[in-house]
Amino acid sequence: MPAPTQEELERRKRLEIKAETVGNAASTDFPHHWPGEDHEWSLDYFKDSFQVRFHNNSTHDSEFSLIGLDTSVANAFRRIMIAEVESLAIEDVFIYQNTSIMQDEILAHRLGLIPLKGDPAALKWLQWYRKPVDDQSPAAGFADFNTVLFTLKKTCTWQEGGKQRFIAGETDPEKLYEDYNVYAGDIVYHVSGKQSDFGAENLFEVVNPDILILKMRPGQEIALVMHARKGIGQDHAKFSPVATASYRLLPTIDILKPIVGEDAKKFARCFPRGVIKLEPVSEEDVQKDETLQGKEGEIKAVVANPMRDTVSRECLRHPEFKDKVKLGRVRDHFIFRVESTGQWESDEIFLESVRLLKGKAQRLRNGLDELMS
Amino acid sequence: MPDLAPVEIRASNGDDHDVVDPLYSLDRSDDVSRIRVLPGAMETAASFQFDKEDHTLGNALRYIIMKNPDVEFCGYSIPHPSEEKLNLRIQTYDGVSVYSVLDKGLRDLEEMCDVITEKFEEARAQKAEKMDVDDPEPLPFRRVG
Repeated sequence: MPAPTQEELERRKRLEIKAETVGNAASTDFPHHWPGEDHEWSLDYFKDSFQVRFHNNSTHDSEFSLIGLDTSVANAFRRIMIAEVESLAIEDVFIYQNTSIMQDEILAHRLGLIPLKGDPAALKWLQWYRKPVDDQSPAAGFADFNTVLFTLKKTCTWQEGGKQRFIAGETDPEKLYEDYNVYAGDIVYHVSGKQSDFGAENLFEVVNPDILILKMRPGQEIALVMHARKGIGQDHAKFSPVATASYRLLPTIDILKPIVGEDAKKFARCFPRGVIKLEPVSEEDVQKDETLQGKEGEIKAVVANPMRDTVSRECLRHPEFKDKVKLGRVRDHFIFRVESTGQWESDEIFLESVRLLKGKAQRLRNGLDELMS
Repeated sequence: MPDLAPVEIRASNGDDHDVVDPLYSLDRSDDVSRIRVLPGAMETAASFQFDKEDHTLGNALRYIIMKNPDVEFCGYSIPHPSEEKLNLRIQTYDGVSVYSVLDKGLRDLEEMCDVITEKFEEARAQKAEKMDVDDPEPLPFRRVG
Protein backbone atom coordinates (compact mmCIF):
# COMPACT_ATOMS: atom_id res chain seq x y z
CA MET A 1 0.00 0.00 0.00
CA PRO A 2 1.57 3.31 -0.95
CA ALA A 3 1.90 5.93 1.76
CA PRO A 4 -0.54 8.80 1.24
CA THR A 5 0.89 11.79 -0.57
CA GLN A 6 1.25 15.15 1.10
CA GLU A 7 -1.68 16.46 -0.96
CA GLU A 8 -3.85 13.58 0.15
CA LEU A 9 -2.99 14.26 3.82
CA GLU A 10 -3.82 17.93 3.33
CA ARG A 11 -7.10 17.02 1.68
CA ARG A 12 -8.07 14.80 4.61
CA LYS A 13 -7.47 17.64 7.02
CA ARG A 14 -9.57 20.06 5.01
CA LEU A 15 -13.21 20.60 5.91
CA GLU A 16 -15.18 21.69 2.88
CA ILE A 17 -17.56 24.60 3.18
CA LYS A 18 -20.04 24.87 0.36
CA ALA A 19 -22.90 27.27 -0.10
CA GLU A 20 -25.41 25.20 1.85
CA THR A 21 -23.54 22.15 3.05
CA VAL A 22 -20.32 21.03 4.67
CA GLY A 23 -18.18 18.15 3.55
CA ASN A 24 -15.40 15.93 4.85
CA ALA A 25 -16.42 16.78 8.39
CA ALA A 26 -15.25 13.75 10.35
CA SER A 27 -11.61 12.98 11.05
CA THR A 28 -10.29 9.69 9.74
CA ASP A 29 -6.87 9.45 11.34
CA PHE A 30 -7.61 6.21 13.17
CA PRO A 31 -6.08 2.75 12.84
CA HIS A 32 -7.93 0.43 10.43
CA HIS A 33 -9.59 3.33 8.64
CA TRP A 34 -7.26 3.61 5.64
CA PRO A 35 -6.01 0.27 4.32
CA GLY A 36 -2.31 -0.17 4.93
CA GLU A 37 -1.95 2.95 7.02
CA ASP A 38 -0.99 2.97 10.66
CA HIS A 39 -2.34 6.02 12.52
CA GLU A 40 -1.52 4.52 15.90
CA TRP A 41 -1.01 7.04 18.68
CA SER A 42 2.66 7.95 18.81
CA LEU A 43 4.09 10.42 21.25
CA ASP A 44 7.12 11.05 19.06
CA TYR A 45 4.94 11.80 16.08
CA PHE A 46 2.86 14.15 18.21
CA LYS A 47 5.99 15.87 19.50
CA ASP A 48 7.11 16.47 15.93
CA SER A 49 3.82 17.55 14.47
CA PHE A 50 2.17 19.53 17.26
CA GLN A 51 2.73 23.29 17.10
CA VAL A 52 1.74 26.30 19.16
CA ARG A 53 1.68 29.78 17.65
CA PHE A 54 0.92 32.91 19.59
CA HIS A 55 -0.90 35.73 17.86
CA ASN A 56 -1.54 37.99 20.79
CA ASN A 57 -0.66 37.56 24.42
CA SER A 58 -1.76 40.51 26.47
CA THR A 59 -2.34 39.87 30.16
CA HIS A 60 -6.06 39.30 30.05
CA ASP A 61 -6.62 38.47 26.41
CA SER A 62 -4.67 35.84 24.51
CA GLU A 63 -5.04 34.45 21.06
CA PHE A 64 -3.00 31.46 20.02
CA SER A 65 -3.16 28.53 17.62
CA LEU A 66 -2.81 24.90 18.56
CA ILE A 67 -1.98 22.92 15.44
CA GLY A 68 -2.07 19.15 15.13
CA LEU A 69 -4.58 18.37 17.84
CA ASP A 70 -7.83 16.42 17.71
CA THR A 71 -11.08 18.26 18.33
CA SER A 72 -11.87 16.15 21.38
CA VAL A 73 -8.72 17.32 23.13
CA ALA A 74 -9.03 20.97 22.10
CA ASN A 75 -12.62 20.91 23.29
CA ALA A 76 -11.58 19.38 26.60
CA PHE A 77 -9.27 22.34 27.22
CA ARG A 78 -11.98 24.81 26.29
CA ARG A 79 -14.47 23.13 28.60
CA ILE A 80 -11.99 22.99 31.47
CA MET A 81 -11.06 26.67 31.08
CA ILE A 82 -14.70 27.67 31.34
CA ALA A 83 -15.95 25.27 33.96
CA GLU A 84 -13.12 23.76 35.97
CA VAL A 85 -10.37 26.29 36.55
CA GLU A 86 -10.83 27.65 40.04
CA SER A 87 -11.32 31.29 40.87
CA LEU A 88 -12.29 33.50 43.77
CA ALA A 89 -15.74 35.07 43.93
CA ILE A 90 -18.15 36.39 46.53
CA GLU A 91 -20.12 33.43 47.82
CA ASP A 92 -21.84 34.53 51.06
CA VAL A 93 -23.42 37.92 51.64
CA PHE A 94 -24.52 38.82 55.16
CA ILE A 95 -27.01 41.64 54.88
CA TYR A 96 -27.07 43.86 57.97
CA GLN A 97 -29.15 46.56 56.32
CA ASN A 98 -30.71 46.94 52.92
CA THR A 99 -33.37 49.60 52.54
CA SER A 100 -32.72 50.09 48.85
CA ILE A 101 -35.29 49.00 46.32
CA MET A 102 -33.18 46.04 45.26
CA GLN A 103 -34.14 42.80 46.94
CA ASP A 104 -31.50 41.10 49.06
CA GLU A 105 -31.14 38.09 46.80
CA ILE A 106 -30.78 40.16 43.63
CA LEU A 107 -28.15 42.30 45.30
CA ALA A 108 -26.30 39.23 46.54
CA HIS A 109 -26.39 37.71 43.07
CA ARG A 110 -24.97 40.88 41.52
CA LEU A 111 -22.19 41.00 44.10
CA GLY A 112 -21.26 37.41 43.33
CA LEU A 113 -20.72 38.20 39.67
CA ILE A 114 -18.17 40.97 40.32
CA PRO A 115 -14.71 39.80 39.19
CA LEU A 116 -12.09 39.89 41.93
CA LYS A 117 -8.32 39.94 41.67
CA GLY A 118 -5.55 39.48 44.14
CA ASP A 119 -1.91 38.86 44.82
CA PRO A 120 -1.02 35.73 42.77
CA ALA A 121 0.83 34.12 45.66
CA ALA A 122 -2.09 34.76 48.01
CA LEU A 123 -4.56 33.38 45.48
CA LYS A 124 -2.48 30.24 45.20
CA TRP A 125 -2.23 29.97 48.96
CA LEU A 126 -6.00 30.12 49.36
CA GLN A 127 -7.62 26.74 49.84
CA TRP A 128 -11.02 25.35 49.08
CA TYR A 129 -13.71 25.86 51.64
CA ARG A 130 -15.19 22.60 52.85
CA LYS A 131 -18.56 22.38 54.48
CA PRO A 132 -18.13 21.20 58.07
CA VAL A 133 -19.71 17.84 58.77
CA ASP A 134 -23.24 17.31 60.05
CA ASP A 135 -24.22 19.27 63.14
CA GLN A 136 -21.48 21.91 63.07
CA SER A 137 -22.51 25.32 61.85
CA PRO A 138 -21.27 26.20 58.35
CA ALA A 139 -19.38 29.09 59.93
CA ALA A 140 -17.07 26.61 61.69
CA GLY A 141 -15.28 26.15 58.37
CA PHE A 142 -14.57 29.84 57.74
CA ALA A 143 -10.84 30.36 58.09
CA ASP A 144 -8.32 32.88 56.86
CA PHE A 145 -6.99 30.36 54.32
CA ASN A 146 -10.30 29.80 52.61
CA THR A 147 -12.33 32.96 53.08
CA VAL A 148 -11.71 36.55 52.04
CA LEU A 149 -13.63 39.20 53.90
CA PHE A 150 -15.14 42.25 52.21
CA THR A 151 -17.57 44.86 53.44
CA LEU A 152 -19.78 47.37 51.70
CA LYS A 153 -21.43 50.23 53.51
CA LYS A 154 -23.16 53.19 51.93
CA THR A 155 -25.94 55.63 52.80
CA CYS A 156 -27.55 57.96 50.31
CA THR A 157 -28.26 61.51 51.53
CA TRP A 158 -29.44 64.83 50.16
CA GLN A 159 -26.81 67.25 48.97
CA GLU A 160 -26.78 70.60 50.67
CA GLY A 161 -29.66 72.51 49.16
CA GLY A 162 -30.61 69.45 47.18
CA LYS A 163 -34.12 69.32 48.53
CA GLN A 164 -34.78 72.90 47.42
CA ARG A 165 -33.44 72.20 43.97
CA PHE A 166 -35.64 69.11 43.82
CA ILE A 167 -38.72 71.16 44.69
CA ALA A 168 -37.71 73.67 42.04
CA GLY A 169 -37.91 70.86 39.51
CA GLU A 170 -34.29 69.72 39.23
CA THR A 171 -34.10 66.05 38.19
CA ASP A 172 -30.37 65.46 37.71
CA PRO A 173 -29.32 63.15 40.58
CA GLU A 174 -25.79 64.53 40.29
CA LYS A 175 -27.08 67.86 41.62
CA LEU A 176 -29.41 66.42 44.25
CA TYR A 177 -27.95 63.45 46.11
CA GLU A 178 -24.80 62.31 47.81
CA ASP A 179 -23.58 58.66 47.48
CA TYR A 180 -26.52 57.61 45.37
CA ASN A 181 -24.57 55.16 43.21
CA VAL A 182 -22.94 52.10 44.70
CA TYR A 183 -19.95 50.95 42.67
CA ALA A 184 -17.82 47.84 42.90
CA GLY A 185 -15.00 50.17 43.94
CA ASP A 186 -16.85 50.84 47.21
CA ILE A 187 -16.20 47.26 48.32
CA VAL A 188 -13.52 47.20 51.01
CA TYR A 189 -11.19 44.30 51.73
CA HIS A 190 -10.36 43.41 55.31
CA VAL A 191 -7.29 41.45 56.29
CA SER A 192 -7.98 38.33 58.30
CA GLY A 193 -5.42 36.21 60.15
CA LYS A 194 -2.54 34.87 58.10
CA GLN A 195 -3.49 36.95 55.09
CA SER A 196 -1.45 39.73 56.70
CA ASP A 197 1.72 37.71 55.92
CA PHE A 198 1.46 38.78 52.32
CA GLY A 199 2.00 42.38 53.22
CA ALA A 200 0.10 44.01 50.40
CA GLU A 201 -2.43 46.56 51.56
CA ASN A 202 -5.09 45.59 49.08
CA LEU A 203 -4.31 41.91 48.87
CA PHE A 204 -7.66 41.33 47.21
CA GLU A 205 -9.77 43.84 45.33
CA VAL A 206 -12.28 44.16 42.55
CA VAL A 207 -10.98 44.15 38.98
CA ASN A 208 -13.23 46.94 37.69
CA PRO A 209 -14.08 49.56 40.32
CA ASP A 210 -16.57 51.22 37.96
CA ILE A 211 -19.15 48.44 37.93
CA LEU A 212 -22.47 49.94 39.06
CA ILE A 213 -24.06 47.63 41.60
CA LEU A 214 -27.13 49.57 42.61
CA LYS A 215 -28.73 53.03 42.78
CA MET A 216 -30.22 54.57 45.90
CA ARG A 217 -32.19 57.62 46.94
CA PRO A 218 -31.93 59.69 50.14
CA GLY A 219 -32.77 57.67 53.22
CA GLN A 220 -31.78 54.36 51.69
CA GLU A 221 -28.73 52.51 52.91
CA ILE A 222 -26.93 49.23 52.57
CA ALA A 223 -24.54 47.55 54.98
CA LEU A 224 -23.11 44.19 53.99
CA VAL A 225 -20.40 41.74 54.93
CA MET A 226 -19.22 39.45 52.17
CA HIS A 227 -17.21 36.27 52.10
CA ALA A 228 -15.36 35.39 48.92
CA ARG A 229 -14.28 31.81 48.32
CA LYS A 230 -12.73 29.67 45.66
CA GLY A 231 -14.97 27.72 43.36
CA ILE A 232 -15.30 26.46 39.80
CA GLY A 233 -17.54 27.48 36.93
CA GLN A 234 -19.29 24.13 37.05
CA ASP A 235 -20.83 25.19 40.34
CA HIS A 236 -21.70 28.76 39.34
CA ALA A 237 -20.76 30.94 36.37
CA LYS A 238 -19.37 33.59 38.73
CA PHE A 239 -16.45 31.24 39.46
CA SER A 240 -15.50 30.96 35.79
CA PRO A 241 -12.11 32.66 35.30
CA VAL A 242 -12.84 33.53 31.67
CA ALA A 243 -15.17 36.02 30.08
CA THR A 244 -15.06 33.47 27.39
CA ALA A 245 -12.70 30.84 26.11
CA SER A 246 -13.41 29.71 22.60
CA TYR A 247 -11.76 28.26 19.54
CA ARG A 248 -12.44 28.30 15.84
CA LEU A 249 -10.85 26.37 13.00
CA LEU A 250 -8.49 28.16 10.64
CA PRO A 251 -10.45 29.22 7.54
CA THR A 252 -8.99 28.56 4.11
CA ILE A 253 -9.77 30.33 0.85
CA ASP A 254 -8.56 28.79 -2.39
CA ILE A 255 -8.90 30.89 -5.51
CA LEU A 256 -9.10 28.26 -8.27
CA LYS A 257 -9.32 30.57 -11.28
CA PRO A 258 -8.09 34.16 -11.37
CA ILE A 259 -10.54 36.85 -10.33
CA VAL A 260 -9.64 40.16 -11.98
CA GLY A 261 -10.84 43.71 -12.50
CA GLU A 262 -14.15 44.84 -10.98
CA ASP A 263 -14.85 41.24 -9.93
CA ALA A 264 -11.73 41.31 -7.78
CA LYS A 265 -12.96 44.39 -5.93
CA LYS A 266 -16.34 42.81 -5.40
CA PHE A 267 -14.65 39.63 -4.25
CA ALA A 268 -12.62 41.51 -1.66
CA ARG A 269 -15.82 43.10 -0.39
CA CYS A 270 -17.23 39.64 0.31
CA PHE A 271 -14.70 39.23 3.12
CA PRO A 272 -13.73 41.16 6.24
CA ARG A 273 -11.04 43.75 5.72
CA GLY A 274 -7.53 42.39 5.32
CA VAL A 275 -8.51 38.91 4.16
CA ILE A 276 -8.21 39.58 0.41
CA LYS A 277 -5.70 41.97 -1.11
CA LEU A 278 -5.67 43.36 -4.63
CA GLU A 279 -2.53 43.02 -6.71
CA PRO A 280 -1.74 43.85 -10.33
CA VAL A 281 -1.61 40.90 -12.72
CA SER A 282 2.07 40.22 -13.42
CA GLU A 283 3.73 38.75 -16.48
CA GLU A 284 4.32 35.56 -14.58
CA ASP A 285 0.60 35.20 -13.95
CA VAL A 286 -0.08 35.57 -17.67
CA GLN A 287 2.45 32.86 -18.47
CA LYS A 288 0.84 30.53 -15.95
CA ASP A 289 -2.74 31.16 -17.02
CA GLU A 290 -3.56 32.04 -20.61
CA THR A 291 -7.02 33.34 -19.79
CA LEU A 292 -5.19 36.35 -18.34
CA GLN A 293 -3.78 37.24 -21.79
CA GLY A 294 -3.98 40.96 -22.32
CA LYS A 295 -5.04 41.66 -18.77
CA GLU A 296 -1.60 42.55 -17.56
CA GLY A 297 -1.62 45.44 -15.09
CA GLU A 298 -5.26 44.90 -14.13
CA ILE A 299 -5.93 44.03 -10.51
CA LYS A 300 -6.55 40.53 -9.29
CA ALA A 301 -7.70 39.13 -5.95
CA VAL A 302 -5.09 37.45 -3.77
CA VAL A 303 -5.62 35.82 -0.38
CA ALA A 304 -3.72 37.87 2.18
CA ASN A 305 -4.81 36.63 5.59
CA PRO A 306 -7.44 33.89 5.76
CA MET A 307 -7.20 33.85 9.56
CA ARG A 308 -9.31 36.97 9.76
CA ASP A 309 -12.10 35.49 7.69
CA THR A 310 -15.39 34.87 9.42
CA VAL A 311 -16.44 32.29 6.81
CA SER A 312 -19.63 34.14 6.01
CA ARG A 313 -19.84 32.31 2.65
CA GLU A 314 -20.90 35.59 1.04
CA CYS A 315 -18.64 34.95 -1.98
CA LEU A 316 -20.53 31.73 -2.71
CA ARG A 317 -23.75 33.65 -3.30
CA HIS A 318 -22.51 35.44 -6.42
CA PRO A 319 -22.66 33.68 -9.81
CA GLU A 320 -19.50 35.44 -11.08
CA PHE A 321 -17.38 33.56 -8.52
CA LYS A 322 -18.92 30.18 -9.28
CA ASP A 323 -16.24 27.46 -9.46
CA LYS A 324 -13.57 30.10 -8.95
CA VAL A 325 -13.27 29.80 -5.20
CA LYS A 326 -13.26 27.05 -2.62
CA LEU A 327 -13.80 27.71 1.07
CA GLY A 328 -12.73 25.39 3.82
CA ARG A 329 -11.32 25.02 7.28
CA VAL A 330 -8.31 23.15 8.61
CA ARG A 331 -9.58 20.44 10.91
CA ASP A 332 -6.61 20.38 13.26
CA HIS A 333 -5.78 24.09 13.47
CA PHE A 334 -7.51 25.60 16.48
CA ILE A 335 -7.38 29.33 17.00
CA PHE A 336 -8.06 29.78 20.70
CA ARG A 337 -9.13 33.05 22.22
CA VAL A 338 -9.00 33.24 26.00
CA GLU A 339 -10.32 36.36 27.68
CA SER A 340 -9.68 36.42 31.40
CA THR A 341 -11.99 38.21 33.81
CA GLY A 342 -8.92 39.63 35.54
CA GLN A 343 -7.99 37.16 38.24
CA TRP A 344 -5.75 34.94 36.11
CA GLU A 345 -3.45 35.73 33.23
CA SER A 346 -4.98 34.32 30.08
CA ASP A 347 -2.08 32.05 29.15
CA GLU A 348 -1.96 30.70 32.69
CA ILE A 349 -5.61 29.70 32.43
CA PHE A 350 -4.77 27.54 29.46
CA LEU A 351 -1.79 25.95 31.20
CA GLU A 352 -3.98 25.26 34.21
CA SER A 353 -6.53 23.54 31.97
CA VAL A 354 -3.81 21.24 30.61
CA ARG A 355 -2.72 20.47 34.15
CA LEU A 356 -6.28 19.69 35.17
CA LEU A 357 -6.87 17.34 32.23
CA LYS A 358 -3.68 15.53 33.10
CA GLY A 359 -4.84 15.38 36.71
CA LYS A 360 -8.14 13.82 35.69
CA ALA A 361 -6.35 11.10 33.74
CA GLN A 362 -3.87 10.52 36.56
CA ARG A 363 -6.57 10.11 39.13
CA LEU A 364 -8.56 7.70 37.04
CA ARG A 365 -5.41 5.70 36.48
CA ASN A 366 -4.80 5.64 40.24
CA GLY A 367 -8.31 4.33 40.72
CA LEU A 368 -7.90 1.76 37.97
CA ASP A 369 -4.64 0.53 39.48
CA GLU A 370 -6.36 0.03 42.80
CA LEU A 371 -9.32 -1.65 41.15
CA MET A 372 -7.01 -4.12 39.42
CA SER A 373 -4.84 -4.91 42.41
CA MET B 1 -26.35 52.72 60.48
CA PRO B 2 -25.86 49.25 61.92
CA ASP B 3 -22.42 48.19 62.95
CA LEU B 4 -20.78 45.62 60.77
CA ALA B 5 -19.83 42.87 63.16
CA PRO B 6 -18.15 40.47 60.73
CA VAL B 7 -19.02 36.81 60.83
CA GLU B 8 -16.02 35.25 62.46
CA ILE B 9 -13.24 34.02 60.24
CA ARG B 10 -10.90 31.76 62.14
CA ALA B 11 -7.23 32.71 62.10
CA SER B 12 -5.12 29.67 61.30
CA ASN B 13 -1.89 28.98 63.13
CA GLY B 14 -0.13 27.63 60.08
CA ASP B 15 -0.50 23.96 61.07
CA ASP B 16 -4.17 23.58 60.45
CA HIS B 17 -3.84 24.99 56.96
CA ASP B 18 -5.66 22.22 55.09
CA VAL B 19 -3.27 20.47 52.79
CA VAL B 20 -5.90 19.62 50.23
CA ASP B 21 -4.41 19.13 46.81
CA PRO B 22 -5.76 22.14 44.98
CA LEU B 23 -5.45 20.21 41.73
CA TYR B 24 -9.04 19.25 41.74
CA SER B 25 -12.17 20.05 43.65
CA LEU B 26 -12.99 16.45 44.44
CA ASP B 27 -11.70 14.48 47.34
CA ARG B 28 -8.66 12.55 46.15
CA SER B 29 -9.07 9.69 48.59
CA ASP B 30 -11.91 8.01 46.73
CA ASP B 31 -10.39 7.59 43.27
CA VAL B 32 -11.13 3.89 43.22
CA SER B 33 -14.76 4.21 44.27
CA ARG B 34 -15.37 6.46 41.26
CA ILE B 35 -14.73 3.60 38.86
CA ARG B 36 -17.03 0.65 38.27
CA VAL B 37 -16.99 -2.16 35.75
CA LEU B 38 -20.54 -2.65 34.52
CA PRO B 39 -22.09 -6.15 34.42
CA GLY B 40 -21.38 -8.35 31.44
CA ALA B 41 -17.69 -7.52 31.21
CA MET B 42 -15.27 -9.87 29.54
CA GLU B 43 -11.51 -9.66 29.22
CA THR B 44 -11.83 -8.14 25.74
CA ALA B 45 -15.05 -6.18 26.11
CA ALA B 46 -16.14 -4.08 29.05
CA SER B 47 -18.11 -1.01 29.96
CA PHE B 48 -16.71 1.23 32.64
CA GLN B 49 -18.61 3.78 34.63
CA PHE B 50 -16.82 6.83 36.05
CA ASP B 51 -18.44 9.10 38.60
CA LYS B 52 -18.11 12.87 38.39
CA GLU B 53 -16.69 12.88 34.89
CA ASP B 54 -18.29 14.29 31.74
CA HIS B 55 -17.68 14.95 28.04
CA THR B 56 -14.45 16.77 28.92
CA LEU B 57 -12.60 13.59 29.76
CA GLY B 58 -14.98 11.22 27.99
CA ASN B 59 -14.44 12.44 24.47
CA ALA B 60 -10.68 12.98 24.84
CA LEU B 61 -10.28 9.49 26.30
CA ARG B 62 -12.45 7.96 23.59
CA TYR B 63 -10.23 9.58 20.96
CA ILE B 64 -6.97 8.40 22.41
CA ILE B 65 -8.26 4.86 22.97
CA MET B 66 -9.53 4.73 19.40
CA LYS B 67 -5.98 5.56 18.30
CA ASN B 68 -4.90 2.17 19.69
CA PRO B 69 -4.86 -0.46 16.90
CA ASP B 70 -5.79 -3.22 19.38
CA VAL B 71 -9.15 -1.57 19.90
CA GLU B 72 -12.12 -2.81 17.90
CA PHE B 73 -14.59 -0.34 19.37
CA CYS B 74 -14.56 2.52 21.83
CA GLY B 75 -17.41 4.87 22.64
CA TYR B 76 -18.70 6.86 25.55
CA SER B 77 -22.04 8.16 26.75
CA ILE B 78 -23.52 10.27 29.49
CA PRO B 79 -26.47 8.02 30.36
CA HIS B 80 -28.50 10.76 32.01
CA PRO B 81 -27.86 14.52 31.91
CA SER B 82 -28.66 15.04 35.58
CA GLU B 83 -26.40 12.26 36.84
CA GLU B 84 -22.67 12.94 36.95
CA LYS B 85 -21.79 9.65 35.33
CA LEU B 86 -19.75 8.69 32.31
CA ASN B 87 -20.00 5.30 30.61
CA LEU B 88 -17.08 4.16 28.49
CA ARG B 89 -17.27 1.03 26.35
CA ILE B 90 -14.14 -0.68 25.07
CA GLN B 91 -13.90 -3.79 22.88
CA THR B 92 -10.54 -5.16 21.82
CA TYR B 93 -9.12 -7.55 19.23
CA ASP B 94 -7.12 -10.72 19.76
CA GLY B 95 -7.56 -11.21 23.48
CA VAL B 96 -5.97 -7.89 24.41
CA SER B 97 -7.12 -6.85 27.89
CA VAL B 98 -9.46 -3.88 28.01
CA TYR B 99 -7.88 -2.83 31.29
CA SER B 100 -4.44 -2.48 29.75
CA VAL B 101 -6.00 -0.56 26.86
CA LEU B 102 -7.71 1.86 29.24
CA ASP B 103 -4.52 2.22 31.24
CA LYS B 104 -2.54 2.97 28.07
CA GLY B 105 -5.14 5.50 26.96
CA LEU B 106 -4.87 7.40 30.24
CA ARG B 107 -1.08 7.31 30.09
CA ASP B 108 -1.06 8.56 26.50
CA LEU B 109 -3.35 11.41 27.49
CA GLU B 110 -1.03 12.41 30.33
CA GLU B 111 2.01 12.34 28.07
CA MET B 112 0.15 14.39 25.50
CA CYS B 113 -0.62 17.01 28.14
CA ASP B 114 3.08 17.23 29.02
CA VAL B 115 4.01 17.87 25.39
CA ILE B 116 1.31 20.51 25.05
CA THR B 117 2.49 22.33 28.18
CA GLU B 118 6.09 22.21 27.03
CA LYS B 119 5.37 23.51 23.53
CA PHE B 120 2.99 26.14 24.81
CA GLU B 121 5.54 27.55 27.22
CA GLU B 122 8.17 27.51 24.48
CA ALA B 123 5.94 29.44 22.08
CA ARG B 124 4.98 31.89 24.81
CA ALA B 125 8.61 32.61 25.61
CA GLN B 126 9.33 33.13 21.93
CA LYS B 127 6.41 35.51 21.63
CA ALA B 128 7.64 37.49 24.65
CA GLU B 129 11.10 37.69 23.13
CA LYS B 130 10.05 39.28 19.90
CA MET B 131 6.92 41.27 20.38
CA ASP B 132 6.81 40.98 16.64
CA VAL B 133 4.72 42.60 13.99
CA ASP B 134 4.28 39.12 12.61
CA ASP B 135 0.63 39.08 13.50
CA PRO B 136 -0.69 42.59 13.74
CA GLU B 137 -3.49 43.39 16.18
CA PRO B 138 -6.70 41.85 14.91
CA LEU B 139 -8.75 44.32 12.95
CA PRO B 140 -12.33 44.91 13.89
CA PHE B 141 -14.48 42.97 11.48
CA ARG B 142 -15.64 45.58 9.03
CA ARG B 143 -16.31 45.43 5.33
CA VAL B 144 -14.03 47.09 2.80
CA GLY B 145 -15.36 50.15 1.00
